[in-house]
Amino acid sequence: MSADVEAGSFGRPPEMETVRPVPYRGGGFRPRPVRFVAPLVFAVLIVLWEMGSRSGLISSLVLPAPSEAFEAFRYLAESGLLWQHLSASLYRLILGWTFGSLLGMAVGMSIGLFSLARAGLLPLVSALFPIPKIALLPLFVIWFGIGEGSKVATILFGTFFPTVIATYGGVDNVDRALIRMGQSFGLSWWSILRKIIIPGALPAILSGCRISASIAIILLVAAEMIGAEYGVGAYILTAGSLMATDQLIAGVALLSAMGLAVGWLIGRAEAVLLRWRG
Amino acid sequence: MDLILRGVSHGYDRTEVLADISIEIAAKEIVCIIGPSGCGKSTLLRLIGGLEHPKAGEVLMRGEPPSGSLNPLTYVFQDFALLPWRSVEGNISLALEDHRLSAAERSAIIDDVLRRTKLTDFRKALPRQLSGGMKQRVAIARALSVRPAVMLMDEPLSALDSQTRELLMDDLIDLWQREAFTACYVTHNLAEAVRLGHRIVVMSRRPGRIREVVEIDVPLGERMRNLALMEERQRHLWELMREEALAADRELADVG
Ligand SMILES: Nc1ncnc2c1ncn2[C@@H]1O[C@H](COP(=O)(O)OP(=O)(O)OP(=O)(O)O)[C@@H](O)[C@H]1O
Ligand SMILES: [Mg+2]
Repeated sequence: MSADVEAGSFGRPPEMETVRPVPYRGGGFRPRPVRFVAPLVFAVLIVLWEMGSRSGLISSLVLPAPSEAFEAFRYLAESGLLWQHLSASLYRLILGWTFGSLLGMAVGMSIGLFSLARAGLLPLVSALFPIPKIALLPLFVIWFGIGEGSKVATILFGTFFPTVIATYGGVDNVDRALIRMGQSFGLSWWSILRKIIIPGALPAILSGCRISASIAIILLVAAEMIGAEYGVGAYILTAGSLMATDQLIAGVALLSAMGLAVGWLIGRAEAVLLRWRG
Repeated sequence: MDLILRGVSHGYDRTEVLADISIEIAAKEIVCIIGPSGCGKSTLLRLIGGLEHPKAGEVLMRGEPPSGSLNPLTYVFQDFALLPWRSVEGNISLALEDHRLSAAERSAIIDDVLRRTKLTDFRKALPRQLSGGMKQRVAIARALSVRPAVMLMDEPLSALDSQTRELLMDDLIDLWQREAFTACYVTHNLAEAVRLGHRIVVMSRRPGRIREVVEIDVPLGERMRNLALMEERQRHLWELMREEALAADRELADVG
């Protein structure tokens, strides 16, 4: 023990003090993936719901039992209608979402890169983004026809704006130091865009895709409100107007499954494209 | 190739940052720039490398860059500026991809600079897997790969701990002795300046002017054997810097 410390000690011999471990205060705030919990939560909820329906606690008028909804779903699958509804919806969804996202990325990029585009387009985007696209559906029907056009257009417009906002936000957040580095090595404008700006904005663009995909599924039901014979949305709307709640639940579950599938796909894309984040 | 600065002045909005800077940086010479914080050292380096236009005066090049130089004025940044999504090899290749080089030539250059910076084993590693010192070695390798005529280094070792800094200083001296390069080296660290600088430019507080140019005529390789002399030079530099720093402090107190 050094002289300094000895001089400053309080005279009590150290053996007299009780010894105890330092209290642990770290950990937490970092959820880790736990397997099997998600399916278990679903299973428990469905079992409780089924039991509630069977025992009469939940009246079948209020909410059909899961088994009834499943029965409706099986009928749908066996009659071959499932595929017809699903394919019509997927076609609209994929077409609308793809073009909405591509256009949104292009416009978002130019807002992120060019002063003129930012000055001209950003106020427009801010003005049009909050308009519920469902309200414009009658206009879309007039502009793009009662067929596929208006349905694809609804989804396209719905996904376009969130993608624009996610993309230009991502471009704005690319580390300026990296861009300066690229310029200092004499990289061409295209190289800087391709090798620095796009990869740097990709995390934001992909999380924008997650949001726009959900919006696309939400808008599917609205898009199929007018003049759709097939489609998951049309199926749900028909079931609703007939008070066929078992079919309604089956259709809603189908939408939910579509959402899960899209979410999983984007998760895979993130895992591959953003591997560098570790 | 030499660099000549003639009466360079610069400012932003109403603040005058640099006033009438004139220096020459000769080929194969390392010029260190020291000065109080905010005196415009980084700004000066941006002007030298052509990332900004000076308000007055001119930055000139005399003579041709060495043959095969792909990017005559090349920076090494304090924060490394590595692309996190590219491996060590990919980060170096970034500087080469815009030039007409065959894949074989490119990979030969990468091999060479990785060997010179002792990074060969880390070719495929991503930046997040590297320590700070190794990241800066990658940035130095990337700078060397384009065969610069002048390396513009803005506090390249400031983000590193002192042991790593010592090692990297030795590495830089080693690199210079094997193949002399020209460098303009901004630092806050006087020990770095006297170890690496052939000439040391001491700048005044803002607006930055050249206050004194200290020449150290001991070859880089022999400086560690002349510690007394180095110590004395460093003290002289500190005296100069101290006055500036104190004056800068006093100005702030007057304003406040
Ligand atoms: N882009 C800019 N716009 C406005 N002011 C700037 C800009 N860049 C630098 N300055 C100002 O110029 C002055 C000099 O900045 P500079 O970064 O060159 O100083 P420095 O000597 O490198 O400082 P440090 O030692 O802290 O790195 C500072 O007062 C800073 O606020
Ligand atoms: Mg600086």
